[in-house]
Amino acid sequence: MLLGRTANGLYWMNRYIERAENMARLVDAGLRMALTRTQNASEEWNSVLLSAGSDAAFTQKYQEYTAANVADFLLRDTSNPSSTMTSIETARNNARMVRTALTRETWESINEAWMSLKRMLARPIDERDLPSVLDAIKRETALIRGSFYGTMLRNEIFDFSQLGTYVERADNTARILDVKYYVLLPSISWVGSTLDNYQWESILRSVSAHRSYRWVYEADYKPSNIADYLILNVRMPRSLTFCYRFLTEHLKFLGDDYGERHACHATAGKTQAMLTAGSIKDIFDAGLHEFLANFIRDNTRLGDEIAQDYRFY
Amino acid sequence: MRLAAFDEMLPEISGLRKPYSAYDRWLKEQDPARLTEKMQDAERVFRKTGITFAVYGEQEASERLIPFDIVPRIISGNEWRRLTQGIEQRVQALNAFLDDIYHRQEILRAGRVPKELIAKNEAFLPEMIGVRPPAGVYTHIIGVDIVRISENEFYVLEDNARTPSGVSYMLENRETMMQLFPELFQQIKVRPVENYPQLLRQSLAAVRPQSTKGAPTIAVLTPGSFNSAYFEHAFLADQMGVQLVEGQDLRVVDGHVAMRTTEGYKQIDVLYRRVDDSFLDPLTFRPDSALGVPGIMDVYRAGNITIANAPGTGIADDKAIYSYMPEIVEFYTGRKAILGNIPTWRCSEPDSLKYVLEHIHELVVKEVHGSGGYGMLVGPAATKKECEDFSKKLAAKPSNYIAQPTLALSTCPILTDKGLAPRHVDLRPYVLVSDRIQIVPGGLTRVALKEGSLVVNSSQGGGTKDTWVLDD
Repeated sequence: MLLGRTANGLYWMNRYIERAENMARLVDAGLRMALTRTQNASEEWNSVLLSAGSDAAFTQKYQEYTAANVADFLLRDTSNPSSTMTSIETARNNARMVRTALTRETWESINEAWMSLKRMLARPIDERDLPSVLDAIKRETALIRGSFYGTMLRNEIFDFSQLGTYVERADNTARILDVKYYVLLPSISWVGSTLDNYQWESILRSVSAHRSYRWVYEADYKPSNIADYLILNVRMPRSLTFCYRFLTEHLKFLGDDYGERHACHATAGKTQAMLTAGSIKDIFDAGLHEFLANFIRDNTRLGDEIAQDYRFY
Repeated sequence: MRLAAFDEMLPEISGLRKPYSAYDRWLKEQDPARLTEKMQDAERVFRKTGITFAVYGEQEASERLIPFDIVPRIISGNEWRRLTQGIEQRVQALNAFLDDIYHRQEILRAGRVPKELIAKNEAFLPEMIGVRPPAGVYTHIIGVDIVRISENEFYVLEDNARTPSGVSYMLENRETMMQLFPELFQQIKVRPVENYPQLLRQSLAAVRPQSTKGAPTIAVLTPGSFNSAYFEHAFLADQMGVQLVEGQDLRVVDGHVAMRTTEGYKQIDVLYRRVDDSFLDPLTFRPDSALGVPGIMDVYRAGNITIANAPGTGIADDKAIYSYMPEIVEFYTGRKAILGNIPTWRCSEPDSLKYVLEHIHELVVKEVHGSGGYGMLVGPAATKKECEDFSKKLAAKPSNYIAQPTLALSTCPILTDKGLAPRHVDLRPYVLVSDRIQIVPGGLTRVALKEGSLVVNSSQGGGTKDTWVLDD
């Protein structure tokens, strides 16, 4: 038996842990682009902010897209509701609220992550320290994930947590692709200039897949392969298909446990079926941008339905 | 002014006391540097597990640790037996008093407690008149604050009969000590406190409503994660294996209180509530309360839920009532109180007021309804100006205050940078009442960390110690 409020807390705790890490990854990818290309760095930072869904809030506060401004805004600005600092703080507040549902190890890892990031992000980050700060964020969230997977019972508590993780991750990957979808379109640069190579690598880097890509595909970056990898590859832990494989699995566990299926089951099932049936060619033919826009919309609806069906409020 | 206090480990007159002899032997073998290291370990353990305490009025330090001292406070088996007899008698009297006050009011008719003390008291709930809680128990969980002033003199400082807190510190302190010094627990037989959550759960289950079918569903009601004692609420729910609920999770469904779960509403039979009476039911008490459950009082009056502690128990631990406790104990148990009260001047009485105003620099003056060490004056430690200011407040509303002599609370050593040093302590044992009375051997020892200070409240710079009752 689980309180609706507790399920809600677990779901958002995990969404925010995922988000805290995603922000670091996005800044990491942006930093790499800015270092390799001196021109148009501001355009790259703009893409990063768009992927983070934070561009409007950023431009209200800053005039210039610089590494320092963007990193500050995405990592440590507490007025930004999605910054790493705000996310880890919100994750911890949720963890505090659902503390009785967590193992001691999981709670401690979240609490320690919060303490250490709070310390680290208390003052503006020196540009020279940025790489080590990004590493530290990824390490803290990895520790949370490790203690979570290592100690939590695989019950409804685990299911609701995972739903949060994968809804957030699917949203994140889809947004990264959507912001850069035009560089993946075959019509624009079929051959692939140096510029495109950087762009493609940046996309992969923002989902920590620039190395694993080479293990799966040929060494050369090819837009259709990149899209295939991030959308359809069932083994790639940040792909849309991967996320939906687990979303449907955990929803099935809940449905079986409670003996009841809801609207969210149908929505997740539909998206899952669409992802397994489709090929990357079909997606390109129908329009990558339209595909991603639809996906993001359906994914958001899934989150709303989960909240309603399981009485989060 | 320094008071000559009785030290529980090393009294000046008689030397090392027996309960401490084994510990003292161990202590002498320890390297001081290692002990300092252990002290830091303890702080790390506490900080990591999130044992924090929000201090009112200190916004910056909204999360702060209660300092923990690694020298245990040790009580012999014999001393403990005497204490428990006194506590049991007192707790029986408290429950009998509550039942009487909300029914026939014999004690008022007998003139042993003045009527107006009850009628005008905010802690008295007219809504409880004629209501008999399931199993007839009013105050299920009690924390009796006890002070010691000599080898054989123990006094009750306060009866916390509403929602006493701090039991999680008792448990975590023991846990921490066992982690830091496992060898000590092999050498010295200390009675366990770890089973408190199980006892609490059994005790709550035993007072379920008569209509409950099968095993009762128990829940802990917390005001929420921003409450200063939230850690404790979560800790207890977790240790008992029951749900931790907030007002927003609950509503009245078909004449029962039910909680919103992922599968719909589920009935609750016993609610261990950690919210104050006035927030419990916005339909009956404070209409603006979002912390309670609209309609819960109707369910309660219909006998369909147990609320622990019962609403209205505050009338028994009110500071104005406290001064009548010796009479109350004798009235209901037919015997003199085993544990005494600290002599108390009720400032509402003109003679007492006169005495208190004349001797304010020697006395401790407390607000009748205050708690947590707020709004009190410790005469000997206060400046002349503070005494004068307080006298004005006192004279303006005498019935709001009581006064007590400044007692030389016993001391127990703490570990400081310069080695062991005595500090004043008190003791809060925890009592569970169901069809029987159970007292966990131990309790929370609070210690005033500042040299010479008599205020042990954690909100005023107090710390805690592990409390050992010897199995001897």
